[in-house]
Amino acid sequence: MNQPQHEQDQATQSVDTHRRNFIGGSAALAGLTLAPGVVVYGLAHGKTDAEPVTNKVRWGMLIDSGKCADGCTDCVTACNTENGVKSGPLETDPHWIRKVELKDMRTGREQSLPVMCQHCEEPPCVDVCPTGASFKRADGIVLVDRHICIGCRYCIMACPYKARSFVHETLTDQNPDVPRGKGCVESCTMCVHRVDQGQNPACVEACSKAGHEAILFGDLNDPNSDIAKRIASHATVQLRADLALNQGIRYEGF
Amino acid sequence: MARLASNRMWKWTVGIIAVLCLSIAYAASSTAPQASKAGPTIVIDKARAGEHCVEDTAFMRKNHMKLLMHQRDETMHKGIRNGKYSLKKCINCHASTKDDRVVGSDEHFCQSCHTYAAVSLDCWECHSTKAKPVQAAAASTLPAAAASVAGEKK
Repeated sequence: MNQPQHEQDQATQSVDTHRRNFIGGSAALAGLTLAPGVVVYGLAHGKTDAEPVTNKVRWGMLIDSGKCADGCTDCVTACNTENGVKSGPLETDPHWIRKVELKDMRTGREQSLPVMCQHCEEPPCVDVCPTGASFKRADGIVLVDRHICIGCRYCIMACPYKARSFVHETLTDQNPDVPRGKGCVESCTMCVHRVDQGQNPACVEACSKAGHEAILFGDLNDPNSDIAKRIASHATVQLRADLALNQGIRYEGF
Repeated sequence: MARLASNRMWKWTVGIIAVLCLSIAYAASSTAPQASKAGPTIVIDKARAGEHCVEDTAFMRKNHMKLLMHQRDETMHKGIRNGKYSLKKCINCHASTKDDRVVGSDEHFCQSCHTYAAVSLDCWECHSTKAKPVQAAAASTLPAAAASVAGEKK
């Protein structure tokens, strides 16, 4: 019974995606015609500090599990350092990014890959949030507005990727760019404070510093970006694609 | 009998009055030297940098919370990060010269006034009370942005 509905959803989604690509492409073309260089730069790479984010950009990541080294946790460490997260073994400890080990029991092939907030286009955490604290920014980054969050943790239950954590303890000496506090839900922000300033997220930087280059960050809407080209030419997957959430984080190498 | 009872009552009354007078005198003598320190006081240090605040002082005293509330939404939801009324800028100017903080005791800038006005101060449950040290220029830039800059040079 569910199958036809599911197929229909997928069909709808593919049409939407196509339409968005078409519009994005037309806009980029117009930019090129009007003022080469400068305008394309503005369209493709977001904004100055004073401009609000727009949906012309959709930030995303492509994680190559083939390049992700077994046992390396540099991305997790970098995330914790950047955001002041002290993750530990306790169930109550916050986790913004986890290294997941996969093993195919038939072939014995092992893989490891980081899993964090998948920055869905249709985020279930936003759907269920009773206060509007969970929200998706225009550029596709899913965030928690801690000013509004009441700590009900409904979003933690709604997230299929176990990406959200609750802060149980009083915190001090936070990173001034990353306010965090007891009683709120939190998750990967795609280092929004860095992205807004034209930098890469901390995990991406750490991965390339370690020489793995397993995480590619960029604008999915810009057909000329590395990530968009890679996605267009290689087989990539979204985790639990059957949920049709159209995540911004994609994986390849499965 | 009645005379005896009234005599006792009289003695008790005198005793109670004496005790009351003594206790009041003691209380007065113990508080009198501290009268100048009694109650909260406002300690406003001179700001570290700059000639004046982003707005007139009287305006800021009355409206700083509205400015901060407005800008927090602009930053959080729209990603506008160069606003004039930034909490981080407040800290940079008003942090104590002793320990770089704006809260911690009644001598710190934010806490001093909020204690005086008996208004709870929730910002610092999440926000850092310390200013971030100035860092070097961005270590890494977006790959696409770098590519575009390279393209422009051509």
